[in-house]
Amino acid sequence: MSALKYTKEHEWILVEAGVGTVGITPYAQEQLGDVVFVELPEVGRKAEQGKEIAVVESVKAASEIYAPVTGEVVEVNKGLPDEPAKVNSDPLGGGWFFKIKIADAGQLSSLMDETAYKAFCEGLH
Amino acid sequence: MDSQPLKKTPLHALHVELGARMVPFAGYDMPVQYPGGIIGEHLHVRASAGLFDVSHMGQLRLTAKPGRNAAEALERVVTSDILGLPAGRMRYALFTEESGGILDDLMVSNVGDHLLLVVNAACKEDDEAHLRRAIAKDVEIENLSKRALLALQGPRAEDALARLAPDCRGLSFMGTAFWVIEGERCFVTRSGYTGEDGFEISIPDHAAEHLARRLLAMPEVKPAGLGARDSLRLEAGLPLYGHDIDRTTTPVEAGLAWSIAKRRRTEGGFPGAEVVRRQLAEGTKRKRVGILPEGRQPARDHTEIQDSAGRRLGEITSGGFGPSVNGPIAMGYVESGSASVGQPLGLMVRGKALAAKVVGLPFVKHGYKRN
Repeated sequence: MSALKYTKEHEWILVEAGVGTVGITPYAQEQLGDVVFVELPEVGRKAEQGKEIAVVESVKAASEIYAPVTGEVVEVNKGLPDEPAKVNSDPLGGGWFFKIKIADAGQLSSLMDETAYKAFCEGLH
Repeated sequence: MDSQPLKKTPLHALHVELGARMVPFAGYDMPVQYPGGIIGEHLHVRASAGLFDVSHMGQLRLTAKPGRNAAEALERVVTSDILGLPAGRMRYALFTEESGGILDDLMVSNVGDHLLLVVNAACKEDDEAHLRRAIAKDVEIENLSKRALLALQGPRAEDALARLAPDCRGLSFMGTAFWVIEGERCFVTRSGYTGEDGFEISIPDHAAEHLARRLLAMPEVKPAGLGARDSLRLEAGLPLYGHDIDRTTTPVEAGLAWSIAKRRRTEGGFPGAEVVRRQLAEGTKRKRVGILPEGRQPARDHTEIQDSAGRRLGEITSGGFGPSVNGPIAMGYVESGSASVGQPLGLMVRGKALAAKVVGLPFVKHGYKRN
């Protein structure tokens, strides 16, 4: 999936027509364990690349989600706070967090593609 | 940071084989969860039976020296009634210090001609040193380091263990026994740290893996790790040493005065007895309470607790998620005036005051077999 990019903080972003859908990766959900809480940003929130934008908590730990790119939050996964386990069971699909209107598409080139992200994860062990 | 290699329990290889995520805990490499996840393990314990490896905990045998009395000696350092503890029974106890602070919490079993103690892993070295300094002239203190400890917990634990030890059906809550299980002499107590019925089995190291495999092969039993152990005990309202109780908390503040028998309150004879007596008579400035956050956001250890005016009331000492409650839960200390059930609280999470209230403990009813 050439449109899927990854950050070093284990977020994924799927870009379509200038809007990126963002979530956390299968690797991240596995590291976190059972997710029990998510806090989503408000629609309209201005996000800055690398800055905290959402929260995900598991039984044992709290974790921040950072905006992969600068832009504006245009939609959030409203059902997710009531079903946080979706982050574990479907991290790339139903476990998506928010959609962001990308301000600067150039920022995407600083993110990893699938191959690079896989290598990055392997290097973490 | 400790650069020493992590210690392993006799079940270490089994945990790894089962795909456990291993983490350092009290100097040991321990399973925090297995592939099924903490929530699944927790729920399975409450519905059926989970097997925990708690071999990292300390097991100590106290045998009276000739002409001496082990119970009398132990009473010099613990808050509980040991002289009145019948053979075949166990009891919760606290090691205290002069200030009234708690050094550790432990279980004491009377097996007739000696006492068996189970202490927390993080405290076991200090506890042993403490005992040696205080009562070595009266008792032989043996560190049972070559024994593993397995905790089988849940409503189906009896059904599972009965296949190997049918006498377990006759053991009541806080009872103790020596049985031969799978050819090994084991010390078994009907007790645990989950709020459910269950057994703790002390077995020689070399036989631990075999017994664990036999139990895990039973339809009722699944492995459970330290993550589930923590969420289970939190739901059960049980304090964790180093979090809810420590040298800065007294038994009365911690709501553990129930474990100090009337005779011990009156007679004293343990460190901090005067403090306990005074606090029972006059009250304490703060109390350990159950805390229920509204919503789904958990509030973790060390979260500040405030009143509606932003005044500090106390702090969370154990906070997380309760899978059986299906929501966040916590325990902490608040000033006594704000400790009534229903009292509204503000929990300072990420700079905002999360609404919560004081609730009674436990969060989940205990399932002990007291008959």
